[in-house]
Amino acid sequence: MSTTKSARRAGTGRTGDKVFSGAALGAGVLIVAVLFAVAMFLVIQALPTFSAAPADITGGKGFVSYIFPIVVGTLIAAAIALVIATPIGVAVALYISHYAPRNMARGLGYVVDLLAAIPSVIYGAWGATFLASQLKVPYQWLADNAGWIPIFGGPASGTGKTILTAGIVLAVMVLPIIASLTREIFLQTPMLHQEAALALGATRWEMIRMAVLPFARGGIISAVMLGLGRALGETMAVALVLSSGPMIASLIRSGNQTIAAEIALNFPEAFGLRLNELIAAGLVLFLITLLVNMVARWIISRHKEFSGAN
Amino acid sequence: MATLMTERKRSALTRGRLPKSTPWVVAASSIVVAAALMSLIGFNVFGWAVLSAVLFAAGNVVSSAVVEGRRKATDKLATSLVLGAFLVALLPLVSVIWTVLVNGVPGLLAPGFLGTSMKGVTGAIDNASVANHTPVLGGVYHAFLGSVLITLWATLISVPVGLLTSIYLVEYSDGNKFSKVITFLVDVMTGIPSIVAGLFAAAFFGLVMGPGTKTGFVAAVALSVLMIPVVVRSSEEMLKIVPNELREAAYALGVRKWRTILKVVIPTAISGIASGVTLAIARVIGETAPLLVTAGFATQINSNVFAGWMASLPTFIYTQIMTPTSPSNPDPSNQRAWAAALLLILLVMLLNLGARLVARIFAPKTGR
Repeated sequence: MSTTKSARRAGTGRTGDKVFSGAALGAGVLIVAVLFAVAMFLVIQALPTFSAAPADITGGKGFVSYIFPIVVGTLIAAAIALVIATPIGVAVALYISHYAPRNMARGLGYVVDLLAAIPSVIYGAWGATFLASQLKVPYQWLADNAGWIPIFGGPASGTGKTILTAGIVLAVMVLPIIASLTREIFLQTPMLHQEAALALGATRWEMIRMAVLPFARGGIISAVMLGLGRALGETMAVALVLSSGPMIASLIRSGNQTIAAEIALNFPEAFGLRLNELIAAGLVLFLITLLVNMVARWIISRHKEFSGAN
Repeated sequence: MATLMTERKRSALTRGRLPKSTPWVVAASSIVVAAALMSLIGFNVFGWAVLSAVLFAAGNVVSSAVVEGRRKATDKLATSLVLGAFLVALLPLVSVIWTVLVNGVPGLLAPGFLGTSMKGVTGAIDNASVANHTPVLGGVYHAFLGSVLITLWATLISVPVGLLTSIYLVEYSDGNKFSKVITFLVDVMTGIPSIVAGLFAAAFFGLVMGPGTKTGFVAAVALSVLMIPVVVRSSEEMLKIVPNELREAAYALGVRKWRTILKVVIPTAISGIASGVTLAIARVIGETAPLLVTAGFATQINSNVFAGWMASLPTFIYTQIMTPTSPSNPDPSNQRAWAAALLLILLVMLLNLGARLVARIFAPKTGR
């Protein structure tokens, strides 16, 4: 009754249809435009950096030698984060999907999601005040006993604010991403494969190794790649935790810097060419994370075709 | 003891298996041994717990290897490693929440913390409050207001754009090329580092409004770049699971497509959409990096998002820690920072809880 009435009032309703589909299409176009604009404005604002005289760039040796150390620092921090977070994240996912009692699994999933909900600045503050001071003693021990390995070269930082601490904080932030994505994949493992393995007398671990992990391999890799994307772009944890410096091999001395933290620390006071320089650094970061994410998505889509999941 | 029990049973089915009491025996003995070892090198509870757990796992695996064989032992080892990893993952969560609670509660309870701004609070005032042991002055009202306003504007921008895009993807596109492009770009957008989103907004408004433009609205635009993909993805998922029969029933009654979407599809999916939006808000309200480069640092109340610098909770925490108001006495600044951190965590947790609540309240009343 009410439908017919209002339909008559709105004429045939054809205008509404047009407006609505137009608006929906417009929103889609807007997203494309925004992403295009992100790339465009970054490029436009970054251009002066590439044409500037090498002596005018911070460090005085041109853009490449300015950006190279902080790209390396970004990669080091992200690598530390992944080395720590990947095994733990996969194990957490396995625990929730295959080990925990069925009625607890849901709640445990929420707990892991809570880790993801805590804002990055709080992780940064926690890392700078609590974690860094806790790690001073282990770092000193590492410098004394494993100092011959370049990455543990002494003297250890007196504050604990090193790239290793930053990497550990990043690992905590990446962990829930890896855990929740791989958990989804583990839950999709065909039940029949698992039951078949168990029926043949496999122990739980053998079942996981033979039925679950091979099925989930693509998913795990893409989850790690997405975590890598997050670790590369994470700013506050590094800005607060790391006391930065020139590029060095040792992970337990203050030094190194990441792109995101470099921008956050210097942008508020920057002007002129320095501003363009930082935006150019942002562009480099954008391209790196874009590449990583695209590879991850490609792996996911390839995996989908094979597995019949979704 | 283990051998005694197996001898008593001697059933073919239980031969070569450890009795059920083994884990308890191993647990008790590993706790005792760990306590003994820790008392040799200096006792602390955390080390005791870790050592007990390691000894327990090792004891289980070794006893299983001796009695039950290699396969069972590997299984036990894997179980202990997986459980151990889960417990290790919980450590930072507990530690972060504990640190924030311990450091944040005194500041949050300080009089006037929620009601005042940092206007006029200088290093001298902080020094005086430390010297005279008077309560720390200054508060978080301006930052709280800024966070709420910036997030509100970001939501106002992102929800219509995100929702309409997901409607286009699900209802109008029929899986054409353009929709594939949008889906791909939304995925790419999800991966944009937050600092790059901030740089984009800063660069955009820098070109349009003159360099150095920093207002709450610029920050809201930066946050929208981060929020839109989240809204699109969650709403898309929700619209997809609306049963097609509902749409067909509406079309069969002669209802126009746009009215079908507005009156049938969206109301059915509203619970999921609303909780997705709430989760997106919870994600962006804690973002710091984009605000750092777009909103500036204000110490006073500014309720106009279109003019002037604006404070927010995350940048407030950041600046109070990195550049204390009084460099010689950072304690008052730290107290304010941790109190603001506690407030922010409470806000995010409330939003997360709210999302679950919203999903339950708006859930369509179906027969399921």
